[in-house]
Amino acid sequence: MELSPFYQELLPSLNRGLIMTIALIVPSALGGVFIGIVAGTLRAYGNRITRSIGNFYAALFRGTPLVVQLFVLYFGLPNIGLYLSPYMAAVIGFILCSGAYQSEYIRGALLSIKRGQYHGAQALGFSFFQTIFWIIIPQAVRKAIHGCGNEIIYLIKYSSLAYIVTVMELTGEGKTIATEYFRFTEVFMIIGLYYLALVSCAVFILKRIENKLYIPGFGYNR
Amino acid sequence: MSNALSILRISNLKKSYGKNTILHGATLSLHQGEIIVLIGPSGGGKSTLLQCINCLAMPEEGEIFLHDNRVDLQSAGELNELRQKVGMIFQDFNLFDHLTAVDNITVALRKVKKMSKKDALCRARRELDQVGLSDKASLYPAQLSGGQKQRVAIARALAMDPEVLLLDEPTSALDPELVGEVISVIKQLAGNGMTMIMATHQMSLISTLADRILFMENGSIVEQGTPQELLSSDMVSKTRGFCERLNEISPEDL
Amino acid sequence: MHFDLSVVIDSLPYLLQGSAATAVIVCCAMAIGLVIGVVMAVGMVYGPRPVALLLSSYVWFFRGFPVLVLLFLFYFGLFTFLGLNVSALTAVTLVLGMTTGAYQANIFKGAMLSMPKGQYKAARALGMTQTQAIYCIILPQILRMSIPAWSNEYSIILKDSALAFVIGAPEIMARTQFVASRTYQHLPLYITAGLIYFVLTWAGVLLLEKLYRKVRIPGYSQDGFGQ
Repeated sequence: MELSPFYQELLPSLNRGLIMTIALIVPSALGGVFIGIVAGTLRAYGNRITRSIGNFYAALFRGTPLVVQLFVLYFGLPNIGLYLSPYMAAVIGFILCSGAYQSEYIRGALLSIKRGQYHGAQALGFSFFQTIFWIIIPQAVRKAIHGCGNEIIYLIKYSSLAYIVTVMELTGEGKTIATEYFRFTEVFMIIGLYYLALVSCAVFILKRIENKLYIPGFGYNR
Repeated sequence: MSNALSILRISNLKKSYGKNTILHGATLSLHQGEIIVLIGPSGGGKSTLLQCINCLAMPEEGEIFLHDNRVDLQSAGELNELRQKVGMIFQDFNLFDHLTAVDNITVALRKVKKMSKKDALCRARRELDQVGLSDKASLYPAQLSGGQKQRVAIARALAMDPEVLLLDEPTSALDPELVGEVISVIKQLAGNGMTMIMATHQMSLISTLADRILFMENGSIVEQGTPQELLSSDMVSKTRGFCERLNEISPEDL
Repeated sequence: MHFDLSVVIDSLPYLLQGSAATAVIVCCAMAIGLVIGVVMAVGMVYGPRPVALLLSSYVWFFRGFPVLVLLFLFYFGLFTFLGLNVSALTAVTLVLGMTTGAYQANIFKGAMLSMPKGQYKAARALGMTQTQAIYCIILPQILRMSIPAWSNEYSIILKDSALAFVIGAPEIMARTQFVASRTYQHLPLYITAGLIYFVLTWAGVLLLEKLYRKVRIPGYSQDGFGQ
């Protein structure tokens, strides 16, 4: 079957865009979770100063649109002599923003672990690090995983904003071709399906991890 | 009651939260096989006293002796050692929610006592058997009834081979019909000669098990003596008044 | 590398006028979303199977597509394809409304399923029709319960509205970009835009939290506000 020139051009460039999108998502998701764990732990257990720094960070990045954050990084920083490549600006923006949301889930999970769990461990002679490692982390992971997974799904969709700072990923590649051929409905429908496929993959994987870790009494809400 | 035989002795323990003093210098000594029952109105400091004994609540003043050796409360290592030798049963069980019944027992054996997986499992099964729960080994806390949770908690504490067991109102978070199964496990422990300090409102435990009763009020031990002394009908004591009021609530327990 | 803060001060009124457009987009989108969400949730929970399935695929579609792609798809594609001549502002409002509608449908559906069955049964036992039971007994409880999740949705839609500039709707971001491209004061201007959004986000969230406390029924506190 012979594809029309339009599709012959569209599909390879979308596939190229898909690879770029994945190259954006993976480091951003990992970095976001890492920052989320650090900030969430500081917000839950830190002293007054680290707690307010963590809270301020989360409120700032959760209270402003991701586009604005990307614009500040990519168009704004050159004003003070800092030049970031489009890719770096996008990844840093995604990590900082996603980390703020992740910290919310981590903090919630840590705070929901009842005081009795610490007491129970101490009463058996667990040291501080043994308590953290064997009792707190296994419980916190299970409580946070559903929210953190959802956040990664959001990240996949919002990776399309990288196009605005000129990274040629899925949306950017598609937009170019759509403008060239003036076939917007088809192109954006297909791009959407690409994202839908990415999201469905992520949902599937996250669901498997959740099921694998499932323990009675640690249900995920919703 | 010579001091030479005492396995645990505390002297002048004090604890306060902010300006509120919860414990005004408690002193007591416990010898092998003895069972002390703490009673008194809630908020009287029973829980705090028990938690100060194994330093879950760090006392501000006072000393703790295990076999006449003073425990250095500043040393994390000595504290963990003290806590291994002094087991604790909580009012609300505090089972680890992410571990099965049997793993609740093995986790401390393996991580704290560094036992091998096989030995720990073997020990845990034996302890579960003792409390009649060998068939519930692979269930998670969320799948157990309150009474079963408390029995697992007792098995978990016993697996550490404690020399003393602290029980903080072990039956008061339970539905009435589940109290019996926990009481019978505690009585079985007493029969095996376990040394215990127990805060409780259960008259059946107070009257049948106590070697000594301590009545606590406003953070101080205000009366102590044997049940015969404190509960005899020709005696006017706070303890007796308190127990009579408990009896009015649940007379069938006597 | 020089800062000209006077640009920020001079352009502030112009930028703030953009927040009027942003406010219109967000309010209309949330209202559209509320209607879509409630109707769809009722349909998904109480409707016949084919209806429920159809509605679920709507939700699946709007939740799987990035907002940016939806904006392009509808504004350049579908609306033109359907012969609708809509302004950028209307297009953004409709797209965000449909998107949040899908999310709100899920919020209300979750709340409905978490309601004890007894409420519905008791209403029917008193002789109410199905519609009466849903609108007089179930919905008032659902809506109260959903305010925290709804406030979260508000903050998402507000932030998504900043994407409207890509199709040229004259809201905060578009105006900021316009000033920035002429003055080259990108950093201070985008930070200012960020601050405006920051205030709008948290003011809205605090307002909804107040509302939540006000309409809360004593002894009836489901999941409350996060912080």
